[in-house]
Amino acid sequence: MYVIVAGGGKVGFYLARELVEQNHEVLIIERNPRRAAEIEADLGSIVMAGDACEATVLREAGAERADLVAAVTGDDEDNLVICQVCKARYHSRRAIARINNPKNAEIFHRLGIDDTVSATEVVLSVIEQEIPREHLIPLLRLRETDVEIVEAKIERGSRVAGQRIRDVRLPSPARIAVIIREGTAIFPEDDTPILIGDEVIAFTTSKNEAAFREALLGG
Amino acid sequence: MFTVIMGSGRVGARVANELSRAGHEVTILDINGDAFRRLDVDFAGNTLIGNGIDSDVLRRAGIERADAFIAATQGDNRNIMASQVALHIFNVPTVVARIYDPLRQETFELLGIQTISPTVMGANAFLAVLLEGEEPNQAGGGTSGAAPST
Repeated sequence: MYVIVAGGGKVGFYLARELVEQNHEVLIIERNPRRAAEIEADLGSIVMAGDACEATVLREAGAERADLVAAVTGDDEDNLVICQVCKARYHSRRAIARINNPKNAEIFHRLGIDDTVSATEVVLSVIEQEIPREHLIPLLRLRETDVEIVEAKIERGSRVAGQRIRDVRLPSPARIAVIIREGTAIFPEDDTPILIGDEVIAFTTSKNEAAFREALLGG
Repeated sequence: MFTVIMGSGRVGARVANELSRAGHEVTILDINGDAFRRLDVDFAGNTLIGNGIDSDVLRRAGIERADAFIAATQGDNRNIMASQVALHIFNVPTVVARIYDPLRQETFELLGIQTISPTVMGANAFLAVLLEGEEPNQAGGGTSGAAPST
């Protein structure tokens, strides 16, 4: 596979090195000539000194035959432009953009760049999933609303264990959408029981989260 | 007409001053508060410190009800990104971006952005003086895109 890595910072450097180790053909485009020389001394002649935002540089780099362009500079706007130029002008097969502002994922998607990677988002989701909340894990906040999708694992001692959906008293607003039982998704009816070990996926609001957790997981 | 201007450099501030003087509503934003010194003392619009490629900042500037958006920072890519956000996310009717690099201008014309390239305009103006009387250059102008919807 031919991969163009735009931006020779730490992300670009290690990405290129890993790809070379996996026997891919790689070219790093780095704007700063001194940094480009440093990378070349380390990784060999797989570096081109130039501004990847410029169409001529991307043409010279062979964007037309690139299987993948990874725009991993430190600036979201540069990564957007690199990806758009590659796709619109050179029809590169696939373009991935690194983003800092997690909100740009949605914006990039609407501007035609589907693949974005946000370190901010990854760390944030790890933090959110690591914080012990008595096994209530926020999965997703619906755009521009207060609505959250949460996941809860029903443990022994939970007061709803063994109850049927119709008998479970949940603080409003909250709705149980799916129950994952032994790897199978169940769309619960009124008479579906909740069992120990079930993973319950529910909609609620962030305001209601604490009350919902208590109702579902409290003993 | 309500216009949001990103970038309070010489051009951005001048456009803001003129619009304000003509009685239009203007909000101008810049990442550097010092840049607002270029605004006239009687500038009647709003100023906002912030980065225009951040959609939250644009929202704070009132982009959702703007009739026009002008991207006039020093960075081509910042202008390209912010103007696409204004056009496609916030549906601003008239959006114009300054793009210095003629090749990038060409590319983003393809993607539907209305652009102004001072590079092309400036070079053409010089050439017009130097080559006065010779065959006019047909290489194209410094502006592009659809006519503004008025």
